[in-house]
Amino acid sequence: MSKSGILKSSLAKKYAMALTGLFLCLFLVGHLAGNLQLIFITGAEGQQAFNEYAQFMTTFPLVKILSYLTYASVLFHVVDGIVLTMQNRNARPVGYVKENGAANAKWASRNMGILGTIILVFLVSHMQSFWYTMHFGEIPLHNGLKDLHSVVLQFFSPENALGLVAVIGYVLAQMAVAFHLSHGFQSGFQSLGVRHAKYTPIIEWTGMAFALLVPALFAIIPIFLYITQL
Amino acid sequence: MDLTLKVWRQNGPQDAGRMETYPVSGVSPDMSFLEMMDMMNDQIIRNGGDPVAFDHDCREGICGMCSMFINGEAHGPNRGTTTCQLHMRSFKDGDTITIEPWRASAFPVVKDLAVDRSSFDRVIQSGGYISVNTSGETLDANAIPVPKGQADDAFSAATCIGCGACVATCKNASAMLFVSAKVSQFALLPQGQPERATRVQRMVEQMDKEGFGNCTNTGACAVECPKGIDLSNIARMNRDYLSASAKEE
Ligand code: HEM
Ligand code: SF4
Ligand code: FES
Repeated sequence: MSKSGILKSSLAKKYAMALTGLFLCLFLVGHLAGNLQLIFITGAEGQQAFNEYAQFMTTFPLVKILSYLTYASVLFHVVDGIVLTMQNRNARPVGYVKENGAANAKWASRNMGILGTIILVFLVSHMQSFWYTMHFGEIPLHNGLKDLHSVVLQFFSPENALGLVAVIGYVLAQMAVAFHLSHGFQSGFQSLGVRHAKYTPIIEWTGMAFALLVPALFAIIPIFLYITQL
Repeated sequence: MDLTLKVWRQNGPQDAGRMETYPVSGVSPDMSFLEMMDMMNDQIIRNGGDPVAFDHDCREGICGMCSMFINGEAHGPNRGTTTCQLHMRSFKDGDTITIEPWRASAFPVVKDLAVDRSSFDRVIQSGGYISVNTSGETLDANAIPVPKGQADDAFSAATCIGCGACVATCKNASAMLFVSAKVSQFALLPQGQPERATRVQRMVEQMDKEGFGNCTNTGACAVECPKGIDLSNIARMNRDYLSASAKEE
């Protein structure tokens, strides 16, 4: 077999999909932990803590390396996902007149591309709102730190004309993440060949818990910020 | 039973094809699906028409020829059955039944419901064997000890009849279940070890070359497989391919 075989193979694309996807699951945990400060520490103290955290996340070298890895993972995951989905479409040029997909597979597993696209749209708008503002945008200072805390609160505020839209959009995107991971988490392990009669049920259970809990906690934050600013 | 059949008709590989409707009456619930198809064809022939081409051979669930996508599912609504083992008692009087060929670019339509599954043969030819002479001078089965669980799993994998329902069912037309069963039946036994790494690499390479899709782990294949081939085979193939590629010099 040719030496470059693995790079072109369908399985290698799946290994990459799984590794980047599972790495992004780790990223989600870290990101969530940071965000949760927004509801657990409020007021002036919260503002200071969150801004210090944001400063740390954008300047500390180790975190920077992790963030470059995250950008690369997202990019790779998206491109690989598009390639896989297009190849899969080409593998069945003429479709069925009648196809009962629900009879043998869960909805999320059949719609990973659509769910991923929804997440991608959210990601672009999300990065524009906060990441871009933090790195390159006009941002007020507070105690000498970039005041991301106020930007976030303002973004999800009833006083902002689009505040409610932002909250609803955020919650919908988290639902897409939940469905994506309800299949993706355990699927990633299967793609890497990690399957065992004793441990696979644990992986599946963990994946389901992860897919419910992590997006739910993310979604609570903008809802909390909106309500407390009413 | 009186039924309305909507059947895919296609004169040849180049023809665009279309659905056609055939009413059939007097179907017995004890008939197999293929007997019902014979009855329909008999009726078409009597009316001076061209009978519907469909693949079949053993009619006892062991050859894998009877490919039909029935009411949106490979081999119809029942689990663990081929089309020849599906009986009309699984349907109701007055039902409309949609019958289509397997759909995959790697399974081109020959005529009507018959498709060309020689892509599977080429995957087997690329490595689905052990390179020893197995004719005559057969060794005693107990001469090489094999743990019971391992032997059972190898036998289960070997029950794959190459029907292609996994490909037909998969939303990606992926052949992972078939190929992984054919990889596993050797990977689990001592006789398969010498060629274990090259086998999986070659078979995956051929699978990709044939234009099957990639696996999304939906699990639909294992649900529709008439022989109950399960997803642990796919995981084994994923592992074996990874380690074979890593160890390759
Ligand atoms: C928070 C971000 C994301 C996480 C944590 C994530 C996680 C995962 C995981 C764990 C898998 C399973 C991998 C496998 O089956 O081996 C997966 C699959 C997939 N992801 Fe994502 N993903 C994310 C964002 C995206 C985005 C933005 C896209 C946009 C294109 C996307 C598209 C896909 C597709 C198409 C699949 C299925 C690939 C296949 O056919 O097997 N994902 N994702
Ligand atoms: S794995 Fe099952 S569905 Fe696929 S070809 Fe073999 S017997 Fe048929
Ligand atoms: S005709 Fe042989 S399995 Fe159905």
